[in-house]
Amino acid sequence: MAAISREEVAHLARLSRLAVTEEELDRFAGQLDVILQSVARVGEVAAEDIPPTSHSVPLTNVYRDDVPQPCLTQDEALSGAPDAYEGRFRVPRILDEED
Amino acid sequence: MTDLIRMSAAQLAKAIADKETSAVEVATAHLDRIEAVDDRVHAFLHVDREGALAAAERVDKGEVTGPLAGVPVAVKDVIATKGVPTTAASKILEGWVPPYDATLVERLRAAGTVMLGKTNMDEFAMGSSTEYSAYGATNNPWDLGRIPGGSGGGSAAALAAYEAPLAIGTDTGGSIRQPGAVTGTVGAKPTYGGTSRYGLIAFSSSLDTPGPCARTVEDAALLHSVIAGHDPRDSTSIPQPVPDVVAAARRGGSGDLAGVKLGLVKEFAGDGSEPGVLAAFHESLEALVKLGAEVVEVSCPHFQYALPAYYLIAPSEASSNLARFDGVRYGLRVGDDGNRSLEEVMSLTREAGFGPEVKRRIILGTYALSSGYYDAYYGQAQKVRTLITRDFESAFERVDVLVSPTTPFVAFPFGSRTSDPYQMYLADLFTIPTNLYGGPAISVPCGLADGLPVGFQVMAPTMADDRMYRVAAALESAVGTLTPPAL
Repeated sequence: MAAISREEVAHLARLSRLAVTEEELDRFAGQLDVILQSVARVGEVAAEDIPPTSHSVPLTNVYRDDVPQPCLTQDEALSGAPDAYEGRFRVPRILDEED
Repeated sequence: MTDLIRMSAAQLAKAIADKETSAVEVATAHLDRIEAVDDRVHAFLHVDREGALAAAERVDKGEVTGPLAGVPVAVKDVIATKGVPTTAASKILEGWVPPYDATLVERLRAAGTVMLGKTNMDEFAMGSSTEYSAYGATNNPWDLGRIPGGSGGGSAAALAAYEAPLAIGTDTGGSIRQPGAVTGTVGAKPTYGGTSRYGLIAFSSSLDTPGPCARTVEDAALLHSVIAGHDPRDSTSIPQPVPDVVAAARRGGSGDLAGVKLGLVKEFAGDGSEPGVLAAFHESLEALVKLGAEVVEVSCPHFQYALPAYYLIAPSEASSNLARFDGVRYGLRVGDDGNRSLEEVMSLTREAGFGPEVKRRIILGTYALSSGYYDAYYGQAQKVRTLITRDFESAFERVDVLVSPTTPFVAFPFGSRTSDPYQMYLADLFTIPTNLYGGPAISVPCGLADGLPVGFQVMAPTMADDRMYRVAAALESAVGTLTPPAL
C-alpha cells in the first residue's frame, strides 16, 4: 500500500503554499512514497521511554541586558523588498472587498 | 613567486607577511585563474573582482592585519555577504543583496582574508551533487562529467581547480565533507554551535554548521580558528574557548599517533561502499597503525537509523524555516496583478521560486509535522536522535575518535541519482550520524579509486575538534595530498 496518496500530497502542497502543477503532483506522489517508506524505518526502534533530542547543545534560553545597539536603517531593511510603499512592505490584499 | 595559485593558505600568508609577494598579486592570480577555468568548472555563482582587489589593497597598505592577511577565500552562497549577491542557489533569492554580513564573514574580513566571490551549491543546501542548483551544476575538476559533491560542491571544486586556497562551507548532513571527499580536498564540520549561524540562510537549524574547506589539513585548521568561537547573536553558539585546532594539526602533521585509539564502526562495514572506496580506506587505516594508532572495533547499533531520522528531522525544520520566503520582505514575487490575494501570490511565488528537491522536502517536512503523523515520524526521529547520541558517547568511552569512509561512493556521473531522490540521500550515509550527535568530523583525502578521490572521515567527541585535526593531519603526512589532472 502506498504510504502517501496523490490527494494527500495535494493537500500538503496547499498547506505549504506551493501552487504545484498536476505533473508535479504525479511525480512527487511517487517519489515521496519511496522516501516515506524508507524513513518509516525509524518506527522499528523501540524508543517508548527515550527522551527526544531537539538539539545537540544543552542550552537554556539566553538572556542579555537590553542595551540599544545600531541596527539596519528602514531603507536597508526595505532594500530587498519586492514592493515597498511609504517606508513599509507593500503586500497584495489580505481581505476580501466586503470584509 | 611562480605558482601562487598552487600554494597553501599558510604559505601565502607567510609570503605576503614577508613581502615576497603582495595581496593584490595573490588576489589577481586567483581571479585570473577563475576567469580562465570557471566557464568549465562553474564553481562560482558570483565573482567579486572589485571587492577582492579593494580588500587586497587594504592589506598591502597595512590597514588590515591578521593571521590570514591577504589570503583569498571563497564563500558558499548560503551565507550573507553585505553588498554582494547571495542566492542560496535559488531562483527565489535571485538578485538579493544582503544589507548585512554573517558573523563568520565579519571574522573573515577581520582576519584579513580577501573574499573572491560566492560558490555554487544545491539549492538551500539540499543535495549531494550541486545538480539541484537553480543556476546549473558545478563540474568536478577531476572529471568534468562528474558531480563535485554537495551541497557545497562549488566550494570544494574551487579548491580542487586552484581557484581559491580556502573556502567556507556549511554542513547539515555532510555538505562540507562529502564534496571534500569526492574532490580530493579537506572539509571539516566543527562541533555544532562552535561556529556561528548568524547570517547563514537556515535549512535545518538544529543541524546546520558552517566550517572550513581547504587543500591541506593545516589550512582547514587555520580557517577554522578564524571563524570559530562564541557569537552572542546566535543563541545556540557555545560559550567556551575554541580548541587549539592549529596546534593539533601541526602535531598530527609530525606523524605521531602513539596511543591514539581509532574506533571502527562495525555497522558501517558492509553498507554498500564501493570496493575501491573500502580498499583506499583500509590502506589508510594501516598507515595510521604504522604511526602508532590502535584500531578498536566498536558497535553503534542505531547508526543504521540515522539516515531515516535525518530525512524526517531536516525536512521538518526546513519546511518551517523556508516559510520565510513568502514574497513579502525579500526575493521573488510572482502573480501580484492587483487582483490576486496574498495567499495566491505567495503560492505562485513559492511554486516559481523553489526547485523540485526543495519542494519535495517542504512537503515531506509538512507531512512529518502534521497532526496524526507527528508522533510516528518527527517525534520518533527525535528519540532515535537521542539513541544515536548515546551510541557516540559510549563509543567515545572506549576510543578517541571514530573513523569511516566519508561517503560510500566516488564522484558519480551527472544524472545518475536524480530520478530516485533516495539514491542521492545515500551519499550521506556515513556523514549524517555526526550531525544528529552534534560532534565534529573531518574528511581528508586518502587515495584514489578508479582514478577518483576517496575521503577518510574522522569523527570526534563534541568540543574535541582538535582531536580530529590531529588524526587527519597524521593521515595526510602518511598518504600525501592529491593533485587533480590539469584542466
